[in-house]
Amino acid sequence: MKKTAFYEVHKSLGAKLVDFAGYEMPVQYSSMIQEHKAVRESVGLFDVSHMGEVFVEGEKALDFVQHITVNNAAKLVDGQVQYSAMCYEDGGIVDDLLVYKISDNKFMLVVNASNKDKDFAWMQKNNKFDVELRDESDDYSLLAVQGPNSQKVLQEVCDKELDLGYYYFFNAKVAGVDAIVSRTGYTGELGFEIYFKGGVKAAEAIWYALVESGADLNITPCGLGSRDSLRLEMGMCLYGNDIDQTTNTIEAGLKWITKLKKGDFIGREALVKVNEQGITRKLVGMVADKKAFPRHGYEIHADGKKIGDVTSGTVSPILEKPIAMGYVLAEYAEPGKNVNIMIRGKEVQVEVIKLPFIKK
Amino acid sequence: MNVPAELKYTKDHEWIKIEGNVGTIGVTDYAQGELGDVVFVDIDEDLEEIVKEEAFGTIEAVKTVSDLYAPCNGKVVEINEKLADDSQLVNTDPYGDGWLIKVEIADMSHLDELLDADAYKEHIGQ
Repeated sequence: MKKTAFYEVHKSLGAKLVDFAGYEMPVQYSSMIQEHKAVRESVGLFDVSHMGEVFVEGEKALDFVQHITVNNAAKLVDGQVQYSAMCYEDGGIVDDLLVYKISDNKFMLVVNASNKDKDFAWMQKNNKFDVELRDESDDYSLLAVQGPNSQKVLQEVCDKELDLGYYYFFNAKVAGVDAIVSRTGYTGELGFEIYFKGGVKAAEAIWYALVESGADLNITPCGLGSRDSLRLEMGMCLYGNDIDQTTNTIEAGLKWITKLKKGDFIGREALVKVNEQGITRKLVGMVADKKAFPRHGYEIHADGKKIGDVTSGTVSPILEKPIAMGYVLAEYAEPGKNVNIMIRGKEVQVEVIKLPFIKK
Repeated sequence: MNVPAELKYTKDHEWIKIEGNVGTIGVTDYAQGELGDVVFVDIDEDLEEIVKEEAFGTIEAVKTVSDLYAPCNGKVVEINEKLADDSQLVNTDPYGDGWLIKVEIADMSHLDELLDADAYKEHIGQ
């Protein structure tokens, strides 16, 4: 199993380590719920070095990115980030990703750990633009600093003023280490992600500098468990749970990133058709008022029949209510509809709501 | 990992403390660690009897749901009401305030088949 540059830090903190996408990753340090609340209330630190970084370089780098992603990368200015997705010809999702525009000729694509190899192969296969593709995932570490106090904590160890707008990035030194700092994250809070090379030495320099600068604010190391519940409260999709090759971006609620008029891209024809014909099912949020714990794979029923499946679920640490996302037949997707999640043979009534679960 | 010597254990990670013919039942420190944060414990409030090796409730943790298995036959005399408001007692004090139910043990011979602390430690690879 692969280890990230923070592995020894995790061990020293007594993290519970699990295999995630071939990496030994911390799922929690002490309590997922406490870690979750720390991010909502103050600031948390996440090692997400397992994510993949692919660099695209060449005269036609923008054309390549436009061809393989669904969002309109032509709108990006240098130093801007965009949430996007890659689709197959049939509109199914290869992966969701972040597109970093370094310049017209250079982009960084940040992809899910579990899809890295598949994604890179897909990019190579569809490289009709003679761009250079470099998978630098093994060289880069990635640390996310998330929460209302993240800016304060990071500012103390960053050599540039953190005046970044949402979804912008710049190069800066963090604890003396050259890094790409972006105002992005997967929690819905004010937050930053720090990409850097330099292995264990650089990783530990940044980690301990942040731990020190955040000590008064109770900076909390957070594992993948709280990362998952935080993104779910915000209604953000997780590849493998809520989206995959069998779902398209329109039914997944990602129409806002699917720019059908931007020109040709892989999957466009299929997605135009879906958009014209209308979707048959839709990814929705659901909330229950009673004690229950919805989970991935549970069936959704209404009017005596199965109408869908839960794709993600938890008990929200903030709302203290069961929350879930799942696909339901389009006629049940309207907010306010009541449907039932089947939890070990019992029907639990839930209300369809407009995402996110927590309004920011 | 805390495995008190005076308790008996099931392979499914429940413990039972025996005082006369009353048994107090909970889940082990190892189990709570594996489960992670316990969100709620679901034991039917009308539960009257438990049957050895049959499920008498479930424990819902952030990561997973797990059935609770009875270590013996018995009549339920008390359910830990504190867990309704603070299920994390199972995490913070699994052998104390995080206990689940108390039963009158119907057949003391069932207890002979349970693991002692050393056997349980071996079972969880400690």
